[in-house]
Amino acid sequence: MKEVKKVKHLSEEDLILYHYGEWGGPSRAVVAEHMSVCGPCRSVYRDLQAVLAAADVVEVPARSEAYEAEVWQRLAPSLAAASPEGFWLRFVEHLRGCMWSPGIWAPIGATAAVAVLVVSAFLAGRFWSGRQQPQPQNAVQTVSAQGRDRVLLVAVGDHLERSQMVLVELVNTNPQRTVDISAERERATDLVAANRLYRLTAARSGESGVADVLDELERTLIEIANSPSKLSSPEFEDLRRRIEAQGILFKVRVVDSQIHARERKAIENVARKSS
Amino acid sequence: MEASDAAAVARACAGDTDAFRVLVERYSRKVFRLAYRMTQNEQDAEDVVQETFLRAYRRLKQFESRSSFGTWIFRIAANAAMDLTRKRGGHEQAEQSIPETEDGANPLAQMPAPDPTPDRILLSGELKHKVESVLASLSPQVRTAFVLRHYEGMSIEEIGSVLGLKLSATKNSIFRAVQKLRKELEPLVVHHGEARAAHPD
Repeated sequence: MKEVKKVKHLSEEDLILYHYGEWGGPSRAVVAEHMSVCGPCRSVYRDLQAVLAAADVVEVPARSEAYEAEVWQRLAPSLAAASPEGFWLRFVEHLRGCMWSPGIWAPIGATAAVAVLVVSAFLAGRFWSGRQQPQPQNAVQTVSAQGRDRVLLVAVGDHLERSQMVLVELVNTNPQRTVDISAERERATDLVAANRLYRLTAARSGESGVADVLDELERTLIEIANSPSKLSSPEFEDLRRRIEAQGILFKVRVVDSQIHARERKAIENVARKSS
Repeated sequence: MEASDAAAVARACAGDTDAFRVLVERYSRKVFRLAYRMTQNEQDAEDVVQETFLRAYRRLKQFESRSSFGTWIFRIAANAAMDLTRKRGGHEQAEQSIPETEDGANPLAQMPAPDPTPDRILLSGELKHKVESVLASLSPQVRTAFVLRHYEGMSIEEIGSVLGLKLSATKNSIFRAVQKLRKELEPLVVHHGEARAAHPD
């Protein structure tokens, strides 16, 4: 609704926003006044209220009074098992703090800097493990290797989620006359460098499925990063169509889910070994 | 609450597990409620609660105080629920249509003729079933937006922050959910007493 006083009628969207107290137009009193004299709008609003009230019939099953404590009891062992990763993350952050030098890191961005450190730690670990192969591995080495792998899994999972956010925002944007994608562009630029490192690491580790999706993601991110900051509506539609046609969002989500599943399994394995 | 959340997060980041316990106990019931609305299954909702706090614990250092801890944990919970929903039902971006029967008819349309007394419908559980069917047919993103707005009372701005969507996209998600609910439920719950012919809708 643009001008309530001259109003013809309130739209369904107006009424939904009004119902939820999110009405951003003229004051609620003006809307209420309009509805008091407009039978059709009043009728539609009453129908809407009836439908939304009906949605409240779905109730959430009650939890016990001790529910919070129960959740904690179930969660606590998994948190304990997650501690090796805490060590690696602290280690990576420590390295980041020590090695921060704008001359070296600034050109590739903070996301890529973290990626470099995570990947370096991962590859260094693999190299070290490789040199130790003739000797029997003990339990400590095995747990360390698992912890290192989990650091990489968590890092790649976070990277995929950040990438998803950029893609989702673009796909869900309603094109106006011009669309400003400068924020998405900036984030995509930062993600490209990190993506490249994760892709190479995945390929070297024999994770060809992950590497393939990261390869496709990289091309999409590069396309976004190289797009103008402001796109006309047809240009934006074209970009969005290309993203959707590649199905990259779906592929990234699938890999992200698989990585989370592997993270969970890794935690269970560590918990089993430590018990 | 927000200040004490921030303090608890800071202590948890420093390795204080009890501080994280405070956050778990403060938000677990709310997270369960959201998870159940999203998954419509008690066991799945419990899995989402577990997964949410596990993810939160692992990423605690990434929490930036720009948003509240509540918004952040809801964001993780919504993602965990969406992941599970996709895994279970293969929901994708396009909204899932309400399951069709073998002869291709919409089961909602085949339900008994609208009863003039909504109370009876409510008592028989049909309305509940219909609401659940409609919510299940929505894409995870649209459903999450609606659940957060309608059941959890979050503002559209907060929901946008949870889902990583712009304001207009968040509003559109809520509109789509309400439109679908209207389409399926109005024949049951609305009595058309007043003439509506003049309304553009």
